[in-house]
Amino acid sequence: MSYFANILVFICIYGILAISLNLTIGFAGIFNLTHAAFFGIGAYTSALLTLTGVPFWLSFICAFLIAAIFGFLISLPATRLKGIYLAIVTFGFAEIIIAVMKNWQGLTRGPLGLPGIPKASLFGFKFASTWEFFVLAAVVLIITYVIISKIVNSPFGRTMRAIRDDEIAAKALGKNVMKYKSYAMLIGAGFAGIAGSLFAHYITFIDPSSFTLTELILMLSMIVVGGIASVPGALLGAAILVILPEPLRFLYLPSSIVAAIRQMLFSGILIAMLLFKPNGILGERRLLLKKNAKSSWFIKKLWRG
Amino acid sequence: MSIIPQLLLNGIIAGGIYALVALGYSLVFGVLRFINFAHGELFMIGAYIGWVFNIVFGVNILIAILMSIIITIGVSFLIERFVYQKLYTKGLMPPIIASFGVSIFLQALILMIFGAQIKTYRTGEIQPGISLPGGMIITKIQIVIIAVSIVLMIALFLYLKYTKTGKAMRAVSNNYQVALIMGINNKTIISYIFAIGAGLAAIGGVLVGIEQNLTPTMGVMIGIKALVATVVGGLGNIRGAVMGGFTIGIIENIGIAWLPSGYKDAIAFGILILMLIFRPTGLLGRKTEEEIRI
Repeated sequence: MSYFANILVFICIYGILAISLNLTIGFAGIFNLTHAAFFGIGAYTSALLTLTGVPFWLSFICAFLIAAIFGFLISLPATRLKGIYLAIVTFGFAEIIIAVMKNWQGLTRGPLGLPGIPKASLFGFKFASTWEFFVLAAVVLIITYVIISKIVNSPFGRTMRAIRDDEIAAKALGKNVMKYKSYAMLIGAGFAGIAGSLFAHYITFIDPSSFTLTELILMLSMIVVGGIASVPGALLGAAILVILPEPLRFLYLPSSIVAAIRQMLFSGILIAMLLFKPNGILGERRLLLKKNAKSSWFIKKLWRG
Repeated sequence: MSIIPQLLLNGIIAGGIYALVALGYSLVFGVLRFINFAHGELFMIGAYIGWVFNIVFGVNILIAILMSIIITIGVSFLIERFVYQKLYTKGLMPPIIASFGVSIFLQALILMIFGAQIKTYRTGEIQPGISLPGGMIITKIQIVIIAVSIVLMIALFLYLKYTKTGKAMRAVSNNYQVALIMGINNKTIISYIFAIGAGLAAIGGVLVGIEQNLTPTMGVMIGIKALVATVVGGLGNIRGAVMGGFTIGIIENIGIAWLPSGYKDAIAFGILILMLIFRPTGLLGRKTEEEIRI
């Protein structure tokens, strides 16, 4: 039975990641390709702190704070650029963070990874079994879900969406565009950090390969499948993409083949969704279709001039 | 003896390959304002196809390169026709996210067909390098890499400057709509541009495959470095791509004289980010600030 609990724990972790990625990409319109690296920063922060004896709850909070600080710092130069340049700069930051994880051997042990991370424990209670850990992960997921839903429906979130849809108009109305974008990055990165903390204390081993581009593409697939700019959509996308490759386990193929099929499966789904249903299952279609029937998702036109 | 001349030479060799791949990014960006993140995978596929013809079928290496170019162009054409072409008009994010998907798909496909084991073109003994004055050592294939990349770049410049199709490409890149009015078939021209990029990547792939080894992930780092080179030179600028390629190759190789060699990749991204913050148009960029900054 702990097999099902294992799947549920991963749905929770990826749900948090997808919801927070959707906050930056879907709601704030920032093409954020650093998300997997924030996930890694959270995981390493939490793991390193607990390994030096800090209690779990404190390192969990630190994972949020450190990842959020990185998100904020990266947003400072990044949100001053736009379009493709923003994508490239966030991509570059992600690669630098991975390079530091791989090479700062004194701290992270590089590609060897950090083994023996203690299981999560709270006020003397140890989340030892998978089901117990699932309860913890589910609580964190629910808190994330509620907070981000509140944020996107608050005046703050509506301003964020206004900036995404028409930056110049929002500026003309006196909104501080940089501030909103920086906060979106900060919050998104912070939640990726706590997902990282959960991941580290669940698997009890981390290495830099868990936070690379492939992982980012998996998160992107989740929000594209579930629906850009939709909080329940992101969670649904995470659940679908975690469950879908599971039957492959029972085919008893060599593990390298299974990994390849799994990657082909989710990249194939990603491409198919973009081609045939770009708003995803629960995307913000109703809102955007009425006004702009042609350009249903991001309203920027490609052809200039 | 100083190690700097050898590092400089290594930088030029790496730079030649970066420049070849960067040209593909730059040509496509010039026309479509789109970065094909799967471009590095075309490089990898080119290397594998060359390997199949050369080692598995035992064909002469030149014919293997030719076949590799043709098949890689075919793959690129299919991707462009059936995936990207439908997404260009849908905004900034969809085609880029799709290109990430294509990149993972191609890597997984090659992993499934050929497995994760390293493949090599080498059949005989390892050839010793040739000593040059100044204590530098270069192998035969490295000389070929430098020569081929320079010849291809000059050929591309001449092609773009003097042939009719080349002129049409520059026209489409300069102003898409006016080119359309002037009777240029933009879709065909875009297909040609993807084909040139894929061909250059395939040649680079086979050359690097001969010099080093083949793995399904060999295209990732080269693809990213070439993208950095493209940005450093100025996105959409052909001369800039070449200049950026050599700049990145030389700086990152000389940089490891002072930094641990694992940070070689981080050097390139550091340059990228400094460049984007202080001079986002790149070394030779021609775009206005308006397109880049908010």
